[in-house]
Amino acid sequence: MAGAAPGGGASRSEVYRGSGPRLLLPAWIFIGVFLLLPVILMAVYSFLTKEFRGGVIWEFTFAAYDQFFLNRGLFGDEPPTIEWTYLGIFWRSIWQAGLATFFCLLIGFPTAWYVATRPVSTRSVWLFLITIPYWVNLLIRTVSMKFLLRDTGPLNEFLMWTGVIAEPLSLINTNFAVQVGLFYSYLPFMVLPIYAAVERYDFALSEAAADLYCDSWTTLRLVILPAVKPGIVAGCILVFVPSLGAFLAPDLLGGAKTFMIGSLIEEQFKGAAGNWPFGAAAAMILLTVVMGVLLIHARAQMREDG
Amino acid sequence: MKTLLTTSALALTLATAAAAEGELKIYHWFEYIPQELLDKFAEEYDVTVTMDTFDSNEALLATLKAGKLGEYDVAVPGDYMVKIMADEGMLDTFTPDEMPNFDNIEDQWVDVEFDPGRKSTIPYQWGSTSFSVNTEAYDGPLDSLSLIFEPPEELKGKINVLDTSGETLTLASLYAGIPQCTSDREQLKALNALVQGAKPAWASFGSDVAKDVLVSGDAAAGMIWSGFSAKARAEGAPIEYVFPKEGMIVWMDNVALLKDAPNRDNALKFMNFLLEPENAAAVTNYAQYTAGVEGVAEFLEPEVANSPESNPPADAKGVFVQACPEEVQVLYDAIWTNLKK
Amino acid sequence: MAKTDLRRFAGFRVTTWLCLLVLYAPLVIVAVYSFNASTSITRWGGFSLKWYVDVFTGPEAPRFRDAAINSFVIAIAAATCATIIATAAAVAMNRTGRFRGKMASLALINLPLMVPEIVTAVASLIFFITIGFKTGLMTIFVAHLVFCIPFAYLPIAARMQSVPDMYEQAAMDLYATPWEAFRLVLLPLMIPGILSGFLLAFIISLDDFLITNFVKGAGIETLPTAIFGSVKQGIKPNIMAISTLLLGVSVVLVTLSWVIGRAGQSRN
Repeated sequence: MAGAAPGGGASRSEVYRGSGPRLLLPAWIFIGVFLLLPVILMAVYSFLTKEFRGGVIWEFTFAAYDQFFLNRGLFGDEPPTIEWTYLGIFWRSIWQAGLATFFCLLIGFPTAWYVATRPVSTRSVWLFLITIPYWVNLLIRTVSMKFLLRDTGPLNEFLMWTGVIAEPLSLINTNFAVQVGLFYSYLPFMVLPIYAAVERYDFALSEAAADLYCDSWTTLRLVILPAVKPGIVAGCILVFVPSLGAFLAPDLLGGAKTFMIGSLIEEQFKGAAGNWPFGAAAAMILLTVVMGVLLIHARAQMREDG
Repeated sequence: MKTLLTTSALALTLATAAAAEGELKIYHWFEYIPQELLDKFAEEYDVTVTMDTFDSNEALLATLKAGKLGEYDVAVPGDYMVKIMADEGMLDTFTPDEMPNFDNIEDQWVDVEFDPGRKSTIPYQWGSTSFSVNTEAYDGPLDSLSLIFEPPEELKGKINVLDTSGETLTLASLYAGIPQCTSDREQLKALNALVQGAKPAWASFGSDVAKDVLVSGDAAAGMIWSGFSAKARAEGAPIEYVFPKEGMIVWMDNVALLKDAPNRDNALKFMNFLLEPENAAAVTNYAQYTAGVEGVAEFLEPEVANSPESNPPADAKGVFVQACPEEVQVLYDAIWTNLKK
Repeated sequence: MAKTDLRRFAGFRVTTWLCLLVLYAPLVIVAVYSFNASTSITRWGGFSLKWYVDVFTGPEAPRFRDAAINSFVIAIAAATCATIIATAAAVAMNRTGRFRGKMASLALINLPLMVPEIVTAVASLIFFITIGFKTGLMTIFVAHLVFCIPFAYLPIAARMQSVPDMYEQAAMDLYATPWEAFRLVLLPLMIPGILSGFLLAFIISLDDFLITNFVKGAGIETLPTAIFGSVKQGIKPNIMAISTLLLGVSVVLVTLSWVIGRAGQSRN
């Protein structure tokens, strides 16, 4: 949806000239006080001293970041080396989110293209069909996937009934299940922005390419893909960013066995670890990664817009 | 802007309207009290009862630390967690004369080490933590924790363990023959190596799913509490609860009066209510553990009273989980985080 | 010209059907199994409505009823306030010319979309604890309001851009005050955008699990947190029935939003 993000190029109208700041005040108050301020406070927390079993002491320290990046052994007295534990969790999350993005693109692009090239009369029906799952409760969709994938679930029963497999496949509680869950959760996020871009695509370009003896796949690679790139990039961001901080898919489909960033952070506040500054630090690092991705995207877009 | 304020005010009124009448807010283990019993209390004392649930002693502590102390009236911590919460100043105290049924508490559970003389808590239920094995999936001898920590081929990749450091690491310590709350480096390293080595054979970490995975067949063996295992068996899981030769965990859950309880009177009424033999028996019939209250026997269903899970063989060994001092606990926390990464 | 269709690529249609299959199969399967007469959730035991009866009259019925009431009260309140705030913001961004802080304001409105949910959840929890704000319905409402604002803003701003300002100009030339021009001219033209903004915000609020789970107060559940609590112990048939009901609500609302959107378009 952000691919077609309206409001970016604000219109020049000045009917209510001068009342802009006043009209924006409620938005500033609510988002400023209840999101911006909390995020700043969280940044402060990441530099505080942890209290045993949850809570903080208001003494500044880098202990949380030290714990994240440096390994001082189980007893904390060995010379520090790089701590791969949490970097590993981040890397695994980035890898999982990246794979989910790739597969979403693989399925999402042809779908978006096909829907956008339908006749106008049926196009909105297709679009509607794609949109519905987007608005169905994410929890319910994850639960459905959990039900589908379990050892005694419909998928295994079906495969055994058809004789493809003799023993149920162990699908649930694996990285594969998490992967499927992420893919399934965010697939519509990929289709919609690409659809918006394809809809605006000028088919005269394809005709020109065909006149120059491009076959259709070469046209796709050299003409179409560059033309709809903004939609693809927007779709990738819309899948990648929420996948990175996902909590439901790893928790319900992954058997809570391997941490992803989301569950690592959650554990610090709701689980046994009870290390708030560390949780805040991990959240800050996640936020930095996400903001970095968005910033690179924004700058690239600005450069393209001239 | 006016509509905005009205709507917010409306939401606020709705939030406070519920607080006007008699209330009781319980923070309890999941699937541990029958709804009918809560309804009975609500009706008898004209109190609105709300209950949230948790799935480990550590999660209970974390939630209360995260701003929920002062919102709940009673919670149900296990033995070692009572001690931790008392040390943290999270419990209120009462006197026996505030609770007419105080004398119903079985003598052996009055002067307990974690709450001498029962100043903040009353017994709820006690039982054990061990594991159960699907006898259709594995037909070898069922007598050792090795089935979880060094499992045979048949069980590998089919094991669920409790998602709580307290119980899982204590069982691991029992298997490795390491004392609890040790600060000995070699022993801790051995413990770390043991659980790290076992992890690839474990399918999932989950406490709330412990029963369901055994019933559905998603797991062939799983750490579980005695009564929960009995319920799984009752729901059709072909399992047997194991009393391992290395020992198992024995625990007692307790209803604790929380500090800053908004409805202290109702909390005491509720605790007193739970000390009625009939009501304590209702919990036992539902959760299938053992009550620490006198006079429950006549209200018990025979299959619950005689269940193999609640009647261990005479030579079964059990230990309570200990609350470790901070400098030791951080080492156990490190092992746990290291395990789950 | 006897040229191949430039819009057609081999395999794209099959992929589209595959995509729809992937998106719908799990939902359809859960909906089908919610009518299963058997207590064992994976074996089919004939058609039955008993799990729907169970949802409304079973032992967990009061819990789910309270959760549903909370969910809908919060969603209506948060979506209403978010729509009003977003409309004001859209007017500011589209109808008041240039002013200082305009780009910063746009970034701020979109901030809830950019911050990962888990980060928002943790930050909100820390904030409420630090200022000693008692968690309860009110904290859920405030948190929902914040992330509903951009979702309400997107369709409203899109609609406002497509409405030319000449009508308002004309009204003001005829001595209408700005407020009158807005209320009597722009607002009626904006109704489809505002409605779909409201519906989006409403569904987003109804959908949220993670943030709610962090900021909810003692004894207060919304439908997603109540469902999550049950699902953690295993998927039971009554959960499938509730899921199917909620699925129905989402489908009705999206359809409504779609129909309104089309009506708005065809009037143009």
